[in-house]
Amino acid sequence: MAAILEMRAITKEFPGVKALDNVNLSVEEGEIHALVGENGAGKSTLMKVLSGVYPHGTYDGDIVYDGEVRHFRSIPDSEALGIIIIHQELALIPLLSVAENIFLGNERATKGIIDWRETNRRAAELLSRVGLKENPEALVDDLGLGKQQLVEIAKALSKNVRLLILDEPTSSLNETDSERLLDLLVEFRAKGITSILISHKLNEVSRVADTITVLRDGSTVARLDCRQGVSEGEIIRDMVGRSLEDRYPPRAPKIDGTVMTVDGWTVHHPLHAGRKVVDNVSFHVRKGEVLGIAGLMGAGRTELAMSLFGRSYGRDISGSVAINGKAADLSTVRKAIEAGIAYATEDRKTFGLVLDDTIRRNIPLARLEAIADRGIVDRHREADVAERYRKRLAIKSSSIEQETVNLSGGNQQKVVLSKWLFADPDILILDEPTRGIDVGAKFEIYTVIRDLAASGKAVIVISSEMPELLGITDRLYVMNEGRFVDEMPTSAASQERIMASIIRSGDRA
Amino acid sequence: MTDTTSPAATHTAAPTKGSWSFLRGHLRQYGILFALVAIMAFFQVATGGILLKPVNLTNLVLQNSYIVIMAIGMLLVIVSGHIDLSVGSVMGFVGALAAVMIVNWHVPYLIAAIACLGVGVLIGMAQGFWVAYFRIPSFIVTLAGMLVFKGLTLWLLAGQSVGPFPRQFQLISSGFIPDIFGAEGLNLFSLLIGVVVALGLLAMAVRTRHHQHKAGIEEEPFAFFAVRNLLVVAALVYLSWLMAGFRGLPNVFIVMALLIAIYGFVTNRTTIGRRIYAIGGNEKAAMLSGINAKRLVFLTFANMGMLSALAGLVFAARLNTATPKAGIGFELDVIAAVFIGGASMSGGVGTVVGAVVGAFIMGVMNNGMSILGIGIDWQQVIKGLVLLAAVIFDVMNKKKG
Repeated sequence: MAAILEMRAITKEFPGVKALDNVNLSVEEGEIHALVGENGAGKSTLMKVLSGVYPHGTYDGDIVYDGEVRHFRSIPDSEALGIIIIHQELALIPLLSVAENIFLGNERATKGIIDWRETNRRAAELLSRVGLKENPEALVDDLGLGKQQLVEIAKALSKNVRLLILDEPTSSLNETDSERLLDLLVEFRAKGITSILISHKLNEVSRVADTITVLRDGSTVARLDCRQGVSEGEIIRDMVGRSLEDRYPPRAPKIDGTVMTVDGWTVHHPLHAGRKVVDNVSFHVRKGEVLGIAGLMGAGRTELAMSLFGRSYGRDISGSVAINGKAADLSTVRKAIEAGIAYATEDRKTFGLVLDDTIRRNIPLARLEAIADRGIVDRHREADVAERYRKRLAIKSSSIEQETVNLSGGNQQKVVLSKWLFADPDILILDEPTRGIDVGAKFEIYTVIRDLAASGKAVIVISSEMPELLGITDRLYVMNEGRFVDEMPTSAASQERIMASIIRSGDRA
Repeated sequence: MTDTTSPAATHTAAPTKGSWSFLRGHLRQYGILFALVAIMAFFQVATGGILLKPVNLTNLVLQNSYIVIMAIGMLLVIVSGHIDLSVGSVMGFVGALAAVMIVNWHVPYLIAAIACLGVGVLIGMAQGFWVAYFRIPSFIVTLAGMLVFKGLTLWLLAGQSVGPFPRQFQLISSGFIPDIFGAEGLNLFSLLIGVVVALGLLAMAVRTRHHQHKAGIEEEPFAFFAVRNLLVVAALVYLSWLMAGFRGLPNVFIVMALLIAIYGFVTNRTTIGRRIYAIGGNEKAAMLSGINAKRLVFLTFANMGMLSALAGLVFAARLNTATPKAGIGFELDVIAAVFIGGASMSGGVGTVVGAVVGAFIMGVMNNGMSILGIGIDWQQVIKGLVLLAAVIFDVMNKKKG
């Protein structure tokens, strides 16, 4: 088969950094090509070069598309030839309809007057091609993330896509939606549409990809042909440059008495008063234990954690919490922190960090009084604290004075983690602690979790990645539709068993 | 500077490249000071030396005192991610209230002043209550407040000017600190205060630098440190000498200096200050860090109300009368000062000193252009363009960084 795209010896420099160094990428027509690599390996930069975000002339090397050397100067240039990128952060306007979004900037109009009938008819057509049964006039805001992703793809189809590039398309999707998306890619392949899939999830990559290009530190390190069989271990070794025999640090749990007991916890949706988001949940966690909460996206896990943490979510909350045998008042975040709970959010940019502030100012935020005397901040103690955590968690940064907005996802996550470690909780709730971060940083975060448990803290991990839960926890609860539907020691757990209890509970309902 | 004799020389004799990169990183802080100095130098030359004549300098301080006082409060409001459009009207209303109480009802001026400050706090609380606890956008709440208090001022004064105030009340604005030395032609005490404050600031700067050095925090190159601090000291001494040659330091100047010192300290060094910046930077993250964002925003508005009231008293005392037009449009000058001073519209960024310098940039331009006889029409145009330029500079600077 002929190559539809060849990127030859691409080199892209930023002041002081060589982001891409002599990278080669060759994609055959009609294949699914996976582009993998750690965060900062250069995947996004390479795609920005391809799409014209970095115009011709700002990089070295050639882009050969469809047999000709191309000089893209802007995104419309590349889109005109059918190269469409769907970014990780979706570019939909929430309060416009599905149809309006699909044809945004490309309206079905004559002389500036929009033909709504044509717009909605074409939109419905495109939606059926991506298998989405929604009214084209529905607001995007009312759709789940999985469906929004499909709207983005429909939008790409409307532009006569030939090369579809998906940047981490499943990072915020649940398993069912992810599966559906991957199936769609396979369907497209049959119709001759080529895809480039950027993903951290190696199981997905090995499921659908025909070829894999691995980037590391701005260079191409491997081109693997999946049709000849490639193991995840091989890919990981190429990605990190070392063998990660163990994706999870070994640990010897020392589990002690119960530290927190939650009884009959029920939370209602903040807007729809009658809807129970968390329904009569009871659980306990012990000192030195890493407790996992498994479940699909939307099972109510984040809502459970946030409602426990100072009632930061929901209303009409009922149920009781005891910490160390005594009833605990968790009615405000302040009280929850004082009671010994910490909650590190799944959405570090929106809920975790003050992005424009430095590492130094972010880390002590939840416990400012510890670096202050009578309300006056001791800047030296503050700097000491920040520096200590920067070293302990190996936060890659020029200094504690670096603004957190400029850190990579993994290092941002470490700053959030530092903040809560400094708050010194007895019970630390981590919500998707490794979402969107690379294999190396994941290992470091697992190590921190292990050390915390070893020092007698209780750690609760909420995660949608089942292998991760199986790898680092001691005991698991399975949550579905607001209820805890199963509990098991991790030693007796498997992905199949977790999925089975989710499905069984769904049937019962 | 003879760097080689300095004990810190080995550490700070950084290559010029380091100095330049430091300058680039801190362009905003230096830029605003530099802009003020440049603008003053320009008008000093253009007005043939009138700008820095003691009498004019004193006037400059008096004319801008109420803007500076409100800019300090506004800085906190804007850093917390909000805005207050009502400050001009609140200021006018409180001035009117003071006039009615003192002139018409013969309330002792001290009691009236305290009551007025209290009313300011209540007004701020009333507005902050809706903003903080009901999440009504501050733009709308304070726009409503602007109309309400403009109307109440008219009602209170029945459309008339009320005055004059008793002599003691006027002293808030027109008084000068007494000269305890009684020297001829020069208010020695004022000069002394200027020198002591300048040296105090220098000592504090040296101490902080010493601590930073010990703690290994990134420090500014020694040359910058020296030049910046020498400039500040020289400017303070020079200005107080100039003013000492007229009638000494105005009372308002002392009030202003105290407010700058107190609020500068609160924003920089206290947990409350930190928390306000965090709320403006990312309210959700701040709340999930256990910060009581609602209460702090509420207090920020209460504080703004108090400072507006103080500005109202100062302004009324200066004009020696309360007029229905007092304060109209001042909110725009105040907000412009804060943005020229480097605060960000989206919150979380800005400094008290920046806001004060911003207010003086506006003030010097008003004063200088008036001396030059430039009409009010073109003054507005030029001030507008300066505001735009300052913010464009900020945005570009941030993009590059």
